[in-house]
Amino acid sequence: MKSGSKLEQLIAAGHFVLTSELGPPMDCNGEVVLEKARLLKGCADAFNITDNQTGVVRLSSIAAAELIMREGLEPVMQMTCRDRNRLAIQSDLLGAAALGIKNCLCIAGDHQSFGAVGRLKGHPGAKNVYDVDSIQLVAILKGLRDDGVQQGGDPLEKRPALYIGAAWTPLGDPVEFRPFRLKKKVDAGADFIQTQGVYDVELFRQQMKIAVDMGLHERTAILAGIIVPKNLGMLKYMNSSVAGVSVPETLMKRMEQARLAAGDDKKQASKNQAEEGIRITVELIQKVQEIPGVRGVHIQAIEWEHKVPEIVKRAGLYPRPIITEKGENNASESENSCG
Amino acid sequence: MIVAERKPLSEIKQYVEKYKKILIAGCGTCTTVCLAGGEKEVGVVAAALRIAFLKEDREVEIIEDCITRQCEPEFVEPIAEKVRDGGIEAVLSLGCGVGVNFLSERLDSVLVFPGVNTKFFGAAVEPGVWVEMCAGCGNCILDVTGGICPIARCSKSILNGPCGGSQDGKCEISPDVDCGWHLIVSRMQKMGTLERLSEFVPPRDWSTSRAGGPRRVIHEGMRSQNEGSEEVT
Repeated sequence: MKSGSKLEQLIAAGHFVLTSELGPPMDCNGEVVLEKARLLKGCADAFNITDNQTGVVRLSSIAAAELIMREGLEPVMQMTCRDRNRLAIQSDLLGAAALGIKNCLCIAGDHQSFGAVGRLKGHPGAKNVYDVDSIQLVAILKGLRDDGVQQGGDPLEKRPALYIGAAWTPLGDPVEFRPFRLKKKVDAGADFIQTQGVYDVELFRQQMKIAVDMGLHERTAILAGIIVPKNLGMLKYMNSSVAGVSVPETLMKRMEQARLAAGDDKKQASKNQAEEGIRITVELIQKVQEIPGVRGVHIQAIEWEHKVPEIVKRAGLYPRPIITEKGENNASESENSCG
Repeated sequence: MIVAERKPLSEIKQYVEKYKKILIAGCGTCTTVCLAGGEKEVGVVAAALRIAFLKEDREVEIIEDCITRQCEPEFVEPIAEKVRDGGIEAVLSLGCGVGVNFLSERLDSVLVFPGVNTKFFGAAVEPGVWVEMCAGCGNCILDVTGGICPIARCSKSILNGPCGGSQDGKCEISPDVDCGWHLIVSRMQKMGTLERLSEFVPPRDWSTSRAGGPRRVIHEGMRSQNEGSEEVT
């Protein structure tokens, strides 16, 4: 075992794993994190804690990760290259490991200009860092963990046992280069991959085939990303404005029909769309599950975490397996509350 | 070249309005080419300031000049002398930031104001449009990326790109910004060298860039030649 994290153990045991996401608040209210943790406990094997997601200042991922561990959840601490240079990154990785955090997702991070959206002002005037990129970050973490050496060359006695994650945008532009970039991440040391949200299952299947033909699925565990759509507006926005996300017309039509079925009743329209969104999510999970090389799913219900228990149950992914001290694992509902 | 953009006249006027005698100094090199601070722009700024001061019924003497380069002593020294000897109270430089610095170092008690915002090292991609193409990082890696610079042209200066934010060849920050890595991948594809991008580029040593502190370049040949000639004279 590289980290001994639950996520690593379940992947090693051949389970179809499930991760989800928990976004920290924009203030220092740790209770919000704990509440979400209590709600999500048992719904997934590990939970990503976002790191100033979309360039908005939030309670730190390292602190929120520690908070959810108090509730018995396993975090996947996200670490972006936008806000830290290699000194800060390595220092935080060592700190995270000392706190008992065992998974880390290495990502570049959205540009700080993303923070100014809607009612939010963000910090578009901030100076970004990008001292290293996400692939270099993966390599740095692998160096700390496996070689016991800092990026600058100094040795470390106690090595941080972190399971290394990276992101993949399989349908990002230029699409033909994406499998090669995935390979770079795997070569650099990514133990697991969480993909950008998949709506176009066919295109994703094609990219997965290339990855499988390259043998990447055996060297890393690829988890398909599923972003839960709340309504037609969100699907349209993601299709047009989120890089690497393409939403098939059929899904948009389904959502539109759900809305129209409510007539002028706006409340009902939003209720219908929410239900259709969950139905779409469950179908997507089931479809990607059948794609060769996919070893799990990463469900993102952005500011909609309370829907995760229902989704997980309807997708047939509940209860989650449990790792016992002897290393055996089986599903048990008693310890897994999930909603 | 260095690309600059003239500051708004209102801002320029605020700098100089309390002086009676000012010099507007253009630069005949980069800021001339990018239409920010050459002879013509010196004339435009001078005329605008004269009209503005006239409206306020104020007498300000404005002297116009444009030298070949504001970044070399042989051109800067004569204009510095002119300022010192001519009772000029303030200088508005339309050279890049280098020009403002260089003039300031030569004028002990005379303020030098920047008349342009110095933007970047770039090229004219079409008439009237300049694009940043070099970040002056001090250790060129363009051999690896098909001659297109990821440090200057990727919003995140990523060395193992493209990140997940590239869409239709554009950067996630704006549909007006080309994704530098999309340009790199397309070019490498055309050249048949795409496989080179599969090689991992390790973290960079940024000490050659601005991160290493203010930089200097020494040309030993020119330096020793100069020292030799000084000895002879």
